Amino acid sequence: MNRLKELFDQKKNNILSIYFTAGYPEIGATLKIAEALEKAGADFLEIGFPYSDPLADGPVIQNSSQVAIENGMTLKILFQQLKDLRSRVSIPILLMGYANPMIQYGVANFCKAAAEVGVDGVIVPDLPLSEYEELYKDDFIKNGLSNIFLVTPQTSEERIRKIDSLSTGFIYLLSSSATTGKDLNVSDAIGDYYQRVKDMNLNNPLIIGFGISDKQSFDRANKYAAGAIVGTAFVKTLSDSTNYLAHIPSFIKKIKG
Amino acid sequence: MKIMDYRVNEKGYYGDFGGAYIPEMLYPNIEELRNTYLDIIAQPEFQVELQNLLKDYVGRPSPLFLAKRLSAKYGANIFLKREDLNHTGAHKINNTVGQIILAEKLGKKRIIAETGAGQHGVATATVCALKGLECVIYMGEVDIKRQAPNVARMKMMGATVIPATSGSKTLKDATNEAMRDWINNPVDTHYIIGSVVGPHPYPDMVSLFQSVISEETKKQLIEQTGSDQPDYVLACVGGGSNAMGMFYHFLEDEKVRLIAAEAAGLGVNSGHSAATSVLGKEGVLHGSRTLLMQTEDGQVVEPYSISAGLDYPGIGPQHAHLHKSKRVEYVSITDDEAMQACMLLSKLEGIIPAIETGHALAQLEKMELKKDDVVVICLSGRGDKDLDTFMKYFNL
Repeated sequence: MNRLKELFDQKKNNILSIYFTAGYPEIGATLKIAEALEKAGADFLEIGFPYSDPLADGPVIQNSSQVAIENGMTLKILFQQLKDLRSRVSIPILLMGYANPMIQYGVANFCKAAAEVGVDGVIVPDLPLSEYEELYKDDFIKNGLSNIFLVTPQTSEERIRKIDSLSTGFIYLLSSSATTGKDLNVSDAIGDYYQRVKDMNLNNPLIIGFGISDKQSFDRANKYAAGAIVGTAFVKTLSDSTNYLAHIPSFIKKIKG
Repeated sequence: MKIMDYRVNEKGYYGDFGGAYIPEMLYPNIEELRNTYLDIIAQPEFQVELQNLLKDYVGRPSPLFLAKRLSAKYGANIFLKREDLNHTGAHKINNTVGQIILAEKLGKKRIIAETGAGQHGVATATVCALKGLECVIYMGEVDIKRQAPNVARMKMMGATVIPATSGSKTLKDATNEAMRDWINNPVDTHYIIGSVVGPHPYPDMVSLFQSVISEETKKQLIEQTGSDQPDYVLACVGGGSNAMGMFYHFLEDEKVRLIAAEAAGLGVNSGHSAATSVLGKEGVLHGSRTLLMQTEDGQVVEPYSISAGLDYPGIGPQHAHLHKSKRVEYVSITDDEAMQACMLLSKLEGIIPAIETGHALAQLEKMELKKDDVVVICLSGRGDKDLDTFMKYFNL
């Protein structure tokens, strides 16, 4: 049973997803953070596997990736850490990262390892739709993994339909064309774009990400989508604290209200 | 015999390499370029403007110079394709002139670029001044310190130079920052990539603009030797744009041996090298599938070369294909070999080459040349920018 599908079947609104980078702020933090986030009320998680050249990320997540690499985090170690995942965490888990580490691991091996530890899906921002369809789709499907695609305000309707047809799980709606962690002006244009995508009545639920950092932006996203993803704001919380686990409940409360 | 296909296919690949591995945020920009670049470049008014600028602004055609004393030393007929005589001192401007006209036709108001040694940054700032377009150059913090005169040149021509402070603070990180800028400014900005790297159609577009090097060379060879078929063509490779331009019109002529010189730094296996064809594995960097230096876990490794222009952890996807298909021979040249070659050319011909170019020149030492052999070397840039390094290295 795909945990993502189960979640979206049961919950149609106010879904909160949190992103964090594996191996940050310390190598052994990955599962502890995941457990604490579930306990605090996050609905699903994105665990980032670090890359040295993260093009789509702003300084905060970039820095967390660099620290994680310095801490010794690799995909091999991440999969070892995730062996205990399903005895400790029950909410859906996605892995998020860039194409190169996945390709070096071997995409077929990566998908198999992810499925074995109980990962539900993958987000790879720089893996193109066409390459996914041609080269890797079978590996994802065979292992029951959802591949999550991004949509921006500039994505054409035709391409959104295509993305919808290839998606299993949800569609990641970017609040603007931006790298992660940008302060965004909440304008009417964004609302128009959310509404436009919402009115397309896609097969997959929409989750809004980028620029979600507080209750106000979370609530706004929920007017148009099933939920939202918080990344940079959460990673910042981890970096600001020495006792990072203790701050997780209040962070989630602040977003959900 | 079947001639191998060395050109880009309709999907943007050269054999196993190339493609456009970009986040969705860049898709509309890349798609716009992909759909329009060939048509725009083929337009008569584009070609008229390009040819006029290449002639009257860049100073083309660049001479093909028979270097007699160098030829005597190595016992062959060695010709230098003088890209160092171009405006701004290197081949880089062939590409920026082409892309700035393209950007204008696309209605872009703002230009961004990455630069390592600063040559591409200067060439971009130059054409932006020429056209009155806003220009933002990303340059690694480390390179800004190493290449102060080029930073000053860019500023004089009105460009804003933004230090890349992430990662290793060099060319690779400047490229990341430029791509991030483009993600955040998708509508009004054109990104002038300086080498034959990046997502399709950049490698093809940049090699098209650089192909003027081999186009002229063939004509000049006929005039000077009676044949457009040299025995050897040599060029240095970082990302690989001067080499692609130098090889372009010789690719299908399999009798012409093509040799690309990479930077071995302190030695290929010293841990301080940029010899991507030896040390690299297939992977994805800056939007294309190519050969790149990386760890087992797929983290990009920081390269090293005494020449900032060859200090890049990957090579263009077409080079990766030319390497794999063995059409081009890739050789490794150390810092010391390149520096000695620079000194030799200065002494023998009164031409101080860029250290990058020294890597191609150094290969002459390793070749077994015959008296009648015709060798063409792309003299990709002049050494003015490297004086500081020469002074330190040779105690001048």
